[in-house]
Amino acid sequence: MGRFAKLTGILALTTALAGPALAATELSMWYHGAGGDSAERDTFARIIKEFNESQSDWEVKLQAFPQIAYNDAITAAAVAGKLPDIIDVDGPIMPNWAWSKYMQPLPIPEEKFAKFLPGTLGHWDGKLYSVGLWDAAVAMYARKSVLEENGIRIPTLDKPWTLEEFDAALVKLKDSGKFDYPLDLAMNDKGEWYPYAFSPFLQSFGGDIVDRSTYKTAEGALNGEAAVKFGNWWQSLFERKLAPGTSQDTADHDTGFLEGKYALQWNGNWAALKPLDKFGDDMLFLPAPDFGHGPKIGAASWQLGISASSEHADGAAKFIEFATQDKYLAAFSNAIGLIPATAEAAQMTENYKDGGKLAVFYDLSAKQALVRPVTPGYVFAAKEFRKALSDIADGADVQDTLDAAADAITADIEKNSGYGH
Amino acid sequence: MPSRTPETRATSLFMRYAILVLVALIFVFPLVFMLVSSLKPSMQLLSDTSSIRAFLPVGDISLDNYTASFARAPVALFIFNSIFVTSVTVVLNLVICSMAGFSFAFLDWKGKDVMLSIVIATLIVPLETIAIPLLLVVNNLPWIGADGIEWGWLNSYRVQIVPFLSDALTVFLFVQYFRDLPRDLIEAARIDGASWFQIYAKVIMPISGPVIATAAILRFLAMYNQYLWPLMVTQSEQYRPVMVGLQYFFQLNTDWGQVMAYLSMITVPVLAFYLALQRAFITSIASTGIKG
Repeated sequence: MGRFAKLTGILALTTALAGPALAATELSMWYHGAGGDSAERDTFARIIKEFNESQSDWEVKLQAFPQIAYNDAITAAAVAGKLPDIIDVDGPIMPNWAWSKYMQPLPIPEEKFAKFLPGTLGHWDGKLYSVGLWDAAVAMYARKSVLEENGIRIPTLDKPWTLEEFDAALVKLKDSGKFDYPLDLAMNDKGEWYPYAFSPFLQSFGGDIVDRSTYKTAEGALNGEAAVKFGNWWQSLFERKLAPGTSQDTADHDTGFLEGKYALQWNGNWAALKPLDKFGDDMLFLPAPDFGHGPKIGAASWQLGISASSEHADGAAKFIEFATQDKYLAAFSNAIGLIPATAEAAQMTENYKDGGKLAVFYDLSAKQALVRPVTPGYVFAAKEFRKALSDIADGADVQDTLDAAADAITADIEKNSGYGH
Repeated sequence: MPSRTPETRATSLFMRYAILVLVALIFVFPLVFMLVSSLKPSMQLLSDTSSIRAFLPVGDISLDNYTASFARAPVALFIFNSIFVTSVTVVLNLVICSMAGFSFAFLDWKGKDVMLSIVIATLIVPLETIAIPLLLVVNNLPWIGADGIEWGWLNSYRVQIVPFLSDALTVFLFVQYFRDLPRDLIEAARIDGASWFQIYAKVIMPISGPVIATAAILRFLAMYNQYLWPLMVTQSEQYRPVMVGLQYFFQLNTDWGQVMAYLSMITVPVLAFYLALQRAFITSIASTGIKG
């Protein structure tokens, strides 16, 4: 009996001592980086470790998925009612997930993110649903020596190329006979790159994928006068052999600019370090041309949000607030090279501080960025846009192709009762 | 008809071999490309694709892509998961489907023909069509685990195995094969007093090597190449198979050398399995006229 009492006492004591450790509630978090940059994973792991150690209420556990499979995994989990507490979401997809009730608005006052780049904040229905620790930007890769040799003006953020200037520069570079093509648009990448990289051209011409004033139709925006003007110019790029078309080899895109086969390349900041290493001070990252309605580039990368089914939104919000501190924004930028979400964080980084190698991308993001249409219908519209641009590049009739795309997008919006707009 | 001269025969033989070698090369080239490319750095791999160098182990050759693949993803875990899930599924599938085939071929029961038609009709229903309802079903199934009864099968091996324990194609293969066997065998066994199960286990299955090999290879390939279903039901890395693992290698800047190294590694079990059953597989194809 004495031994039993002793054992019971020890058990009671150990249980009582273990109490505080057991009190931490688990927060599950999914993100898209499995197999990706190990520096990104390590940075996430560091933030999670420091968050878990900073308090005793919550314990975040990370589960990584391969990026290509991530959206399907989220959809399947939503069907099964097994979404995690914290998810990361690609900016343009977020409205669809919010509308589909996969996500809930962030229970964090928006003022907390007042200094964040606009492209890093995900809104839907007037509410903030997601926040990004970084953004990405696209620029026109060029070499100073090539432009100077051909007597082409080097554009600036304040005075970008006009349509006529840009077109004339391409013709001049082609006529020099020194390049396979004057411009590489990465037409081989037929995924999200098309709407991300090329819809800003359309928007700079004055068109858009959908009519953003109502989000209820694509008519007029995607097939109006401005859009057709863009379509004709777009098609002429390939007819005049100014850019490789849809059959472009991935290998050519990966190596073409570095090997001098292409004079210019429309590419993102994530690929900027290789040409910088190769060309050094000769390397330029130029702003998007102004095709008539202001120069535009895409915005919005991966962001953090809270699933609709999370029973611990307060804990998830605490983690998101913790992760969006400037020191972590800077840590991510230093680790993976993307643009930090705030100017303060940019100054804490190697590449984006004033005078840094990639500082121009922060300015591009701040001054030229325009998010893709903020609508749940974007997922469908992006596919139609991609097909239309690909078909036009292959020689399809511009007006007919844009009409068909606009009709399909409008029909999809109507089928979904306006997607809540 | 005049007999052919030795020269004509030699020319004919040469032509025949030349054509066979050409056809063999066409089939072998992708594998050679994969293996050779897995030894090259990504940039060299891409620049070699425009010449015959793509098929030759030349330039900067090393095993670096293999080392990097293991650093990028738990390759050994993915291969183990796939082999385990595939092996268990194939073995159990062969047992269940051969029994079903035996029943359809040899036993007399009411509604047999209608039932066989229904089974075969399910061949036209792709997994994608039933994936969501199937997900809802497995998500609500009970299981007795270490902590008593738990609900939901997600994140487990069983959720990747049980839904594929039978399939219409395998049943159909067994039925077709069994129907071509001499009925005398069955009758002789019945006269000797054998039960139906004894006939199945001791008479029919021992002479069904070719169809077992064919069905095993087809099921092995189908299971080993599964992507959508495991993606939907394995949220934890611990249970992911090779095809979901392959996605780890497609990033913004895909390293094709590592992709080829990973593909080379996950192809080894498939080739080994096929080579082990090759003779029986060819015999079966030749005797049944079924094209795999």
